[in-house]
Amino acid sequence: MSTAVAHPVDVVKSTPWSGGRSPFDVEYGKMMMWFFLLSDAFTFSSLLISYGALRFSAPAWPSPSLVFQSFPGLIEHGAPLVFVGLMTFILIMSSVTMVLAVEAGHRNSKKEVVWWMIGTIIGGLMFLSCQGLEWNHLHSEGFWWGHIPTKQVMLEFFKGNPTDRQMAMTSQQFANLFFTITGFHGFHVFSGVIINIIITINVLLGTYKKRGSYLMIEKVGLYWHFVDLVWVFVFTFFYLV
Amino acid sequence: MSSETANIHVEGAAHGEHETMTKARIWRVFFILLGITSVEFIIALWLAPTYGLRPGIVNPVYIVLTLFKAYFIVAFFMHLKFEKVGLALAIIVPIIFIIGLILVLTNESHYWIDLRR
Repeated sequence: MSTAVAHPVDVVKSTPWSGGRSPFDVEYGKMMMWFFLLSDAFTFSSLLISYGALRFSAPAWPSPSLVFQSFPGLIEHGAPLVFVGLMTFILIMSSVTMVLAVEAGHRNSKKEVVWWMIGTIIGGLMFLSCQGLEWNHLHSEGFWWGHIPTKQVMLEFFKGNPTDRQMAMTSQQFANLFFTITGFHGFHVFSGVIINIIITINVLLGTYKKRGSYLMIEKVGLYWHFVDLVWVFVFTFFYLV
Repeated sequence: MSSETANIHVEGAAHGEHETMTKARIWRVFFILLGITSVEFIIALWLAPTYGLRPGIVNPVYIVLTLFKAYFIVAFFMHLKFEKVGLALAIIVPIIFIIGLILVLTNESHYWIDLRR
């Protein structure tokens, strides 16, 4: 071996996994956001899978097309999926404005970032208002944690001929799971809106301009898209299936 | 130390510019998501009631469509497709545990329904 060749140890040190640089080529905070979201995905999966197991093992279940058939304030009956369709559209739209804010951040365009972030915040608030109406509607029918509607009302929500005992049991399971899972998701949306507001204030104050990068927008963006991702699953398993 | 981190950062940003989300791409993904959701609505509101499709046929379709949507959100909106393969694997491989729980509890709920009859 000639002495001109680099020492073997130095050669080893030039690989991505031997220290000195980020092997994932990603900033620490962004990577930690990803791992947080992975853990959050486990939490939501546990909730949704428990829901699936309880529903799958139930002899009867309140039919989504009968429970969710109103557009609060406009149509009382006969419009299944319309209101939740609007909610889904609002959330997807706010995801788009978020990713546009990230894109504007890459170009260091402070003004555009602010406007897209404000759009995202408005989308989040609209979604939360819709969810408030949806909860209020179900609550007025008699559903709540630990509460189910009267037998006459419940009969409207079931297809087939379940017994009274089956109706009472599965309605209670439905109510608890619905409010817990959509509530947990809504709490995420709420936190997301608060975080977005804080980050937007920072953008306005010029924090990221001074820092030289709008990476923080990407990190909160990841959180916001995750909230949208969870809604995609909640929508399928509560409203479609 | 801090200057090194800054260097990595600048490299990363410069690297990312080649293959990142452009405005055109963002809107394309949006229309794909909107399209998939519309297909779900067409199935739920029109196809299934008109042709009397059973849940056993329709539900797997919904789940596949949902997974497509999840792919587009994670890969493009969350940018995971453009990250290093190592990072993508670190996030995606642990999802095996979720699949495991689904299999276990689906199996278990078959048993529960027999108990409840």
